[in-house]
Amino acid sequence: MEGFGIHIEGLRKRYGEGSAAVDALKDVNMTVAPGEVVGLIGPSGSGKSTLLKCLGAVIEPTAGRMTLGDELIFDDGWKIPDLRAVRRDRIGFIFQAPYLIPFLDVIDNVALLPMLAGQPNDVARRRARDLLEVLDVGHRAGARPSQLSGGEQQRVAIARALANQPPVILADEPTAPLDSERALGVVRILNEMAGQFRTAIIVVTHDEKIIPTFKRIYHIRDGQTFEEKGLGAG
Amino acid sequence: MISLAGRDILHSWSRFVLTGVGLGLLIGVTLTMAGVYRGMVDDARALLNNSGADIWVVQQDTQGPYAESSSIHDDVYRTLRALPGVSRAASVTYLTMQVRRGDTDVRAMVVGFEPGQPGEPGYLVAGRQITRSHYEAVADVKTGFRLGDTLRIRRHDYRVVGLTRRMVSSGGDPMVFIPLKDAQEAQFLKDNDAILGERARTAANPALNRPGVPGLLEALQASQTANRSVNAVLVQVAPGGEPERVAREIRRWKHLQAYTRPQMEEILVSKLIATSARQIGMFLVILAIVSAAIVAFIIYTMTLGKIREIAVLKLIGTRNRTIAGMILQQALGLGLIGFMVGKTAATVWAPFFPKYVLLEPGDAARGLLVVMVICALASTLAIRVALRVDPATAMGA
Repeated sequence: MEGFGIHIEGLRKRYGEGSAAVDALKDVNMTVAPGEVVGLIGPSGSGKSTLLKCLGAVIEPTAGRMTLGDELIFDDGWKIPDLRAVRRDRIGFIFQAPYLIPFLDVIDNVALLPMLAGQPNDVARRRARDLLEVLDVGHRAGARPSQLSGGEQQRVAIARALANQPPVILADEPTAPLDSERALGVVRILNEMAGQFRTAIIVVTHDEKIIPTFKRIYHIRDGQTFEEKGLGAG
Repeated sequence: MISLAGRDILHSWSRFVLTGVGLGLLIGVTLTMAGVYRGMVDDARALLNNSGADIWVVQQDTQGPYAESSSIHDDVYRTLRALPGVSRAASVTYLTMQVRRGDTDVRAMVVGFEPGQPGEPGYLVAGRQITRSHYEAVADVKTGFRLGDTLRIRRHDYRVVGLTRRMVSSGGDPMVFIPLKDAQEAQFLKDNDAILGERARTAANPALNRPGVPGLLEALQASQTANRSVNAVLVQVAPGGEPERVAREIRRWKHLQAYTRPQMEEILVSKLIATSARQIGMFLVILAIVSAAIVAFIIYTMTLGKIREIAVLKLIGTRNRTIAGMILQQALGLGLIGFMVGKTAATVWAPFFPKYVLLEPGDAARGLLVVMVICALASTLAIRVALRVDPATAMGA
């Protein structure tokens, strides 16, 4: 997976029409290479949530272009027909809380995505077990999410995000509920996974503890992004 | 693909089972109501079967003896026996009343019959048939009488010499069989005070107590004391005979009403228990609506409790039909648990009902189908909610 992990160019999103129209995103440009982890920072009302929804293929931008891996998703009002399949196969999601499915055990939480993509159960489970081993929670494969610690749950959520080998992972405040040590641990894991699986990872965060760890940071303000060099080695 | 619904049910099985038990008891009541109706129909058929008749001859322009009162003279059977195609004919009386047993009484239908003739209890489970002309009785086991018990009908005591089973009226009251003469007396005879009063009135009437006509008053008083009425005559047709043809002859020449077996069944099922059937039908409709409301509420509440998980599932690309299928399967699972509990409960408690409850396998199969349809319909509300969940909810947006 060479080239772009994700590339967006001139992305705009307008809500409403006429005099009631609001431009939530005015001119967003962003490129994240495979294996790279970048931060996305912005105050409330800056358009961060709207951008996240566009990146997550949950809503369509009004204009602009977005490419995931080698596939064009949005292009000036055109969109790929099946956004649901894009979310399933080409984007991994990590949330502030792990949001694991409580009635599935750990291995099936991870294997669910490949299963939804049509992989046989045993192949999907084998893939899930490998990911859980990599993330050091393989021994909890048969447990219920409620039986895991917060850190373990977040690692399972990371494994789930990686399950379909997406070109990009969106991590929305993944360290918010964690203390410094655990937060930095999650960032370290994200960096390792990005490198190992050649996945572009965008971390949306307010967390002062982890901001210095990013090599590149995108600031979003009034619907526009500005790139900044970070201090991190990520 | 794994079964999301199955996993969810297993995950919260106690809640599912408890809900299913609650729903099951309601379904049990519904199945029992259907069983009560079936029991009434079966009671009516048992009544006709046990009478041993092919034709019921009753008073003209009545639908007796079960649906309406009927009174005909007790010598009618003799003329009927002489008709071509008639094998046997016998008078019977039917009277639903309180039969006393010691200090208590039992609701029963008292049947007067002639031993060895149509109308006699078809079989006994204990004791013997009536052999004496008076004061012996055969009772259905549901009356609670035992062999040797003494029961009281009006002014006379009867000894239970035989027990029978499934001999009930169309209303489900168990039968007590006594000799015809005794039954006529119980049904039509006046009490002593009334007889004395009637005699005095007749004696005081100069038209009936004429000095020049000796013996007239005594004859009149004797006729007032005795009763020669019965409710019906049961007719058996000779082998190979056509009941409809014989009934037609009776209607034409004897100025009586005659019903064949299908006609009598029509009267009992379509007329006598029709109101009860409609009543039960209304109950069934209400219970079906209540069941649907309960399933809809439970599935809706359970779905609302999973909005975040549904949003996550939608965000990670789960098809709408997979989510809808999960909710539908849960509703059907709940219905299945409820049906199994309901069927078991109905089977357990049916024998304790005072009237016969007939649980037919066909009704159970139809009940299962209806429960499944109700559950499927009830799940549509929850499915609608689930399909409207915005995947962005999972992103905290």
